[in-house]
Amino acid sequence: MGGFLSPAEATALWLSLQISAVAVAAALPFAFAMALLLARPRFFGAGIVDAIVHLPLVLPPVAVGYLLLVVFGGRGLIGSWLWDTFGIRFVFSWTGAALASALITFPLQVRAIRLALESTDPGLTAAARTLGAGLWDRLFNITLPLALPGIVSGAITAFAASLGEFGAIITFVSNIPGETQTLPLAIYAALQSPGGEMAAARLCTLSITLALIFVTAGNLAAKRIWR
Amino acid sequence: MSLEVALKHRLGSFALDITFTTKGQVTALFGPSGSGKSSVVAAIAGLWRPREGRIAVAGRVLTDTPKLFVPPEQRRLAVVFQDARLFPHMTVDDNLKFGWRRAAQKAGTAEIAHVIDLLGLGALLARRTRDLSGGEKSRVALGRALLASPDMLLLDEPLAALDATRRGEILPYLERLARDTKLPMLYVSHQVDEVARLADEIVVIQNGRVAAQGPVFELLTDVEQIAGVPPLGAVFDAKVAEHQPDGLWRLTFDGGVLFVPALPQAQGARVRVRLRAEDLMLALEEPRHISANNVLACTIRTVKPVGDHVDVQLLCGGTRLVSRITGASSARLGLAPGQAVYAVVKAVTVAREAG
Repeated sequence: MGGFLSPAEATALWLSLQISAVAVAAALPFAFAMALLLARPRFFGAGIVDAIVHLPLVLPPVAVGYLLLVVFGGRGLIGSWLWDTFGIRFVFSWTGAALASALITFPLQVRAIRLALESTDPGLTAAARTLGAGLWDRLFNITLPLALPGIVSGAITAFAASLGEFGAIITFVSNIPGETQTLPLAIYAALQSPGGEMAAARLCTLSITLALIFVTAGNLAAKRIWR
Repeated sequence: MSLEVALKHRLGSFALDITFTTKGQVTALFGPSGSGKSSVVAAIAGLWRPREGRIAVAGRVLTDTPKLFVPPEQRRLAVVFQDARLFPHMTVDDNLKFGWRRAAQKAGTAEIAHVIDLLGLGALLARRTRDLSGGEKSRVALGRALLASPDMLLLDEPLAALDATRRGEILPYLERLARDTKLPMLYVSHQVDEVARLADEIVVIQNGRVAAQGPVFELLTDVEQIAGVPPLGAVFDAKVAEHQPDGLWRLTFDGGVLFVPALPQAQGARVRVRLRAEDLMLALEEPRHISANNVLACTIRTVKPVGDHVDVQLLCGGTRLVSRITGASSARLGLAPGQAVYAVVKAVTVAREAG
């Protein structure tokens, strides 16, 4: 790698992987809970919740970044409280980039898990009940393992999509090398500087390779592990 | 052991109003598809909540609307579903032990080995459930329910999804289960032959109501009237009395003796005997020089025309029998209630060892 990428580019790659991994892992429990709520919904307003979950997928990422600034920024409602109470800060930090990525790719995870949940036989949880399994028991021993292929494929797809996130990150946490400069932001920075075309092309090739690897992995996982 | 069910529910134009109490070891819930049988099982298992109802198993009240509803996971009632419902992400062994691991009173190693042996599951334990045949799936589902050590076993048409060959493969296991264990069972079926082989008590359900209830021996000879299915014939228990030198076995029952070819059962064992209505010929005088081994002296209870044939209900000692003959034969013989006749038995089916 050292010969192909400059140290700054290697940092951007490493940062991208790190931010995406954290984003996907942090969002996963919430995505699972949301998918449980939305699979075969039986409550009023499920359609509205579903629409809100899908918002980050269709909104301009810049708008998402702006909203994040408003809410989690230094003077934002939650942002100022987090800083005052815990000393946690998202702006200009890689954790902020992870937060933006998590939000943008959240619908992808919810969709995949929800599809997996909806394709499992509800009779199986009923059978588990008659065999003495309570709510959490069923959740961890029946529902979760049956949804596992969907969880894995959703996580991989979200990871791949997260590697490419640009608008929300640059708006929310800016383009700081070594802190928030992920691969797409590095490509952007390279194009802004004179003579950076070669660097941009290298990073672009790298992005394509990564995307292909993870999308293929996601598709393979979607072909259910069991059944 | 007793099962008390009383429930009322309305679903669109379909009204369910079922009340029965049974003390039988194997009670059959019998009726055509769509009569409400499965709803009754779901209500007993706690998977469905009727608008009004009271359900008690062995005196333990499980549903008493509106105040009491024990959740299914605390009912200690295992269900064998028509579609087996094995957990696809587990091996056969893990499926079998799913309920066992969660049971308050766990079956011991000997008992587990016994169930595995009884159902012939030994060779399947390490297998994934998707690799099993339909019959094997049914057996695993049955084993899984048994090992949960339930207070009562609910079997919701466990054989309905199987073809005739597979059904014939599983029925002996169910018979052994009914014989070897004292576990109370509710067996839901629309197949009269399954009911005849397994049940002690029958509750007939039609259009969401209990149409009839009684011991299998009494109800099955006249099942057409109550359930709209052709009579299967007589069902009764007999005792293996003697193995004769001529190769036949002598069975005694309340009404006389029957001679049948070799049986696997030992002398003194009790067996369930079925005489199909089509296999009983009637004669006014005692026939001699006849190839049939069995001729029973009976009295006619009723003569009932059904379509172009006639069902003649008979009493042989204390046992009810039924013969299906043509209307022409009935008219020629001039059959009437109270008349003494001889029933020539063409074939005897010995089903299971009775309890």
